[in-house]
Amino acid sequence: MGAAATIDRDTLLTLLLRLADDHLVLGHRLSEWCGHAPMLEEDLAMPNMALDLIGQARALYTYAADVEGKGRTEDDLAYLRLEREYLNCLLVERPNGDFAQTMLRQLYFAAFMEPFWKAAASSTDATVAGIAAKAVKEVAYHIRHAGEWVVRLGDGTEESRRRMEDAIEELAPYLDEIFEDDPVTVQASAAGIAPQPSSLRPAFDRIIGPIFAEAGLTFITPPYSQRGGRKGMHGEAMGFLLADLQHIQRTYPGATW
Amino acid sequence: MVGGATGLDTRQQAWAAAASVPDPEVPCVTVADLGILRSVELVDGVAVARVTPTYSGCPAVLAIELAVEAALRDAGFEARVERVVSPAWTTDWITPEGREKLRDYGIAPPQQASSSIRSLFGEIEVACPRCGSAKTERLSEFGSTACKAHWRCLACREPFDYFKCI
Repeated sequence: MGAAATIDRDTLLTLLLRLADDHLVLGHRLSEWCGHAPMLEEDLAMPNMALDLIGQARALYTYAADVEGKGRTEDDLAYLRLEREYLNCLLVERPNGDFAQTMLRQLYFAAFMEPFWKAAASSTDATVAGIAAKAVKEVAYHIRHAGEWVVRLGDGTEESRRRMEDAIEELAPYLDEIFEDDPVTVQASAAGIAPQPSSLRPAFDRIIGPIFAEAGLTFITPPYSQRGGRKGMHGEAMGFLLADLQHIQRTYPGATW
Repeated sequence: MVGGATGLDTRQQAWAAAASVPDPEVPCVTVADLGILRSVELVDGVAVARVTPTYSGCPAVLAIELAVEAALRDAGFEARVERVVSPAWTTDWITPEGREKLRDYGIAPPQQASSSIRSLFGEIEVACPRCGSAKTERLSEFGSTACKAHWRCLACREPFDYFKCI
């Protein structure tokens, strides 16, 4: 990331909302496991990770609201937008499926965010740098945790292995989207605010490679890739997720506590 | 100058008041012990405390900020609390006294080294806060709060919390 170039407000806002939405939506997905995890330790672990993600999302929404400068708050951005206004990638909105699928989705996202936050920690934007410096430590734990489960299940019983292989197949079409560059990321990178997603692929592979090797799993190239999340086009699952996420604010507009 | 000395004393009083606030989730240690109270300055007669969260999503952050503000007001100051995220809090900021208090409370203090994502199943050595044995094992990376992991001692068989190193 060099410096020099500047970024216009709308582009910065879009960048922040994409990031914030990724973290809010995945945090919400993880929180759905609360009370349903296969064991107590996981029942603690998943809300803990959700808390990290939602905490990161809050910091990003607060800053986004500042940048937007229209008097909206973090809550307005998190709860009161329409589905087409959410800019999260499709990977994070995928339903939890079974435990294998949840853990693989977590590993993929964390392995993408770890190099992202590392680069963003030296962002020319002081607020982004601050959020990144904190998040990079948290995401390291998520990689470790999810990575251990991918190894345990991949190298486990016949059934656990089958489930992990199914998860790899199920999530494969949603991976390319997170590495996609577009005018927003190009401008953000030129201004030294955040790295280009495509530049993170080698680091992602260096994290996933050894974990898959230890698990005896094979990475597959999907026959097709699904895109659209960054433009607000989501899968069927997203509407149900938002119905759950937003129902308090939709039922009691402006409720605070 | 007398005025200068008084200013310093007042600032020290404000620090002492803010520093006495216990952590709401780990009440054996204060916010100063944990290193989350970064500074207390007097700005135009207002005591401004700067506080940094341990984890982005730590639900105790708001409670801590309110408690610090209340402690400053109780000590007779007009008070304001600012949240700073940069530089990011690290467990290395826990004071030596804070580490001892954690151990006495039954929480193993964090190792003084950074965590590594490479160490899949790779283990750090955490001494049991009860019996001191190094024969311990991790049960879960995530414990009762965001900042703790769940461990167990293989010598005295007691489960315990380990304050994660970040």
